[in-house]
Amino acid sequence: MTLTLRGVGYRYAGATRPSLLDVDLDLPDGRVVGVTGASESGKTTLCLVASGLAPRTIGGQIRGRISLNGADLDAWPMHQLSQRIGIGFQNPATQMSQVAGTVFEEVAFGPMNLALPRDEVIERTWAALEALGIDGLAERDPQRLSGGQQQLVAIAGLLALRPDHLVLDEPTAQLDPAGTRLVGDAIARLAASGVSILVVEQKADLLAEVASEVVVLAGGRVALRGPSDEVLADPRLEELGVAAPSAVRIRRAAASAGVGGDRLEAALRG
Amino acid sequence: MAGDHALTEAAPAGRDIPSSIGRPGPSAFHRLNPLTKATLATVTAVAAVVIGGLIGPVVLVGVAVIAPAMAAGVLTRLVRLALLLALPIALSAFLVNLFFFPGGQRVLFSIGPIVATAEGLGFALEILARIMAISGAITLFYLTTRPADLVVDLERRGVSPRVAFVANASVQTVPAMVERASQITAAQRARGLDTEGSLWRRVRGVVPIVGPVILGSIAEVEERTMALEARGFTRPGRRTLLWAPPDNRRQSTARWALLLGLVALVVARVAGFAP
Repeated sequence: MTLTLRGVGYRYAGATRPSLLDVDLDLPDGRVVGVTGASESGKTTLCLVASGLAPRTIGGQIRGRISLNGADLDAWPMHQLSQRIGIGFQNPATQMSQVAGTVFEEVAFGPMNLALPRDEVIERTWAALEALGIDGLAERDPQRLSGGQQQLVAIAGLLALRPDHLVLDEPTAQLDPAGTRLVGDAIARLAASGVSILVVEQKADLLAEVASEVVVLAGGRVALRGPSDEVLADPRLEELGVAAPSAVRIRRAAASAGVGGDRLEAALRG
Repeated sequence: MAGDHALTEAAPAGRDIPSSIGRPGPSAFHRLNPLTKATLATVTAVAAVVIGGLIGPVVLVGVAVIAPAMAAGVLTRLVRLALLLALPIALSAFLVNLFFFPGGQRVLFSIGPIVATAEGLGFALEILARIMAISGAITLFYLTTRPADLVVDLERRGVSPRVAFVANASVQTVPAMVERASQITAAQRARGLDTEGSLWRRVRGVVPIVGPVILGSIAEVEERTMALEARGFTRPGRRTLLWAPPDNRRQSTARWALLLGLVALVVARVAGFAP
């Protein structure tokens, strides 16, 4: 299944100007597409639009076409769409249902809402927990986890719905380095297992690690797009408000100092 | 589907829910069905208001609050929490009735122009007993029942998942807001806000804390709503339940008996057969 955006624009209810303009994007099966850009560049709006939450949940006006394998997203009610596209947000705490006493029940919340058979709910929940390596947290209170662990629980809750695509809006934005590492590893693991992910991130190092393609937004439009190594090394990236990945900055610093060569390249490639 | 493929490979077969979910409580009272405990709390609270005099509410506290609390092993916590819950209203109701009971004749003592009467003391004790019965019944319920258990039980009995969710989320929101308030207090203190010292300083220090707590909670509502939508919460119809608290015919009979007893008490009171 391919999630496709063609000429998509979006204006929030009550806003005078659109937050997204003429965006084209493809998210085929098994690909990880990174989205980055300065603040107010339209990244979160793109996530809301791509997941079908905008405009149906928050209102506003949309232009262009968003489809899954050629069928308009409008064709599905939200509870059905949630089984095709899962969306995760920045703040792990707001993604907790607040009614689950254990991580297991938290992750099972989505499948339970879909009224799936009990055995299937249980099987999906264990599978999602294990896919993210957090089955050991199953009996913990989700409110008492670290931010990074809560974000993993939130992602597991989406995976339990078995969506074709995941849309993650700055999943590490509120996390410390340890939490960022947990979530980064989980995204890399999901990507390696073939899950399609549209991930919005300010942390270019993370994008360099997990994304095969990167889109840079500026003023609601696509300013740069291409293979991640090319886009993240593009000199225009910093003009667009995004810090280049560490490896790119080290390479540049080394080049300007006249240092370099095969050994440096080998070290940077890990 | 890519997601399916990745997850199906990892899926273990034949596993059940973790053993801690729905684990029976430590005492026989804990293990009662949540609806039975909720019925007992409701009937006790309403009966405390309906029954007149002092003896009735005191007996009610003994039978429906203290005895079960002892059986459940939560008496100490219950007394502490129930007092904490009821103290402000109990104290003010006691003092108002002690000193300002209309038509009191037998003077006990006076403080300046304010006079405490025996009739006022009697009525104040009646009110106090009622307040303690109500707060004790509610506290006993919350000390022996997880809110989520009641919600699951209500859902099983056909209550709308949305109604059950709102009820449960409302209860769960309180500790979340308390934690948020403590974080904001710490942050504001770190920026020099004075929340200690004189009463005026404390009151002045509350404003920069209450604002962010309330506004932050409101700002989160939209994201919470979207997160719920993204997890199929708006799907019409019933949800799957992973477990349900056990119930039996004896408890069902007891619930009906409690409710019928309450109705009889109200009728007797209205008809003038009860004190």
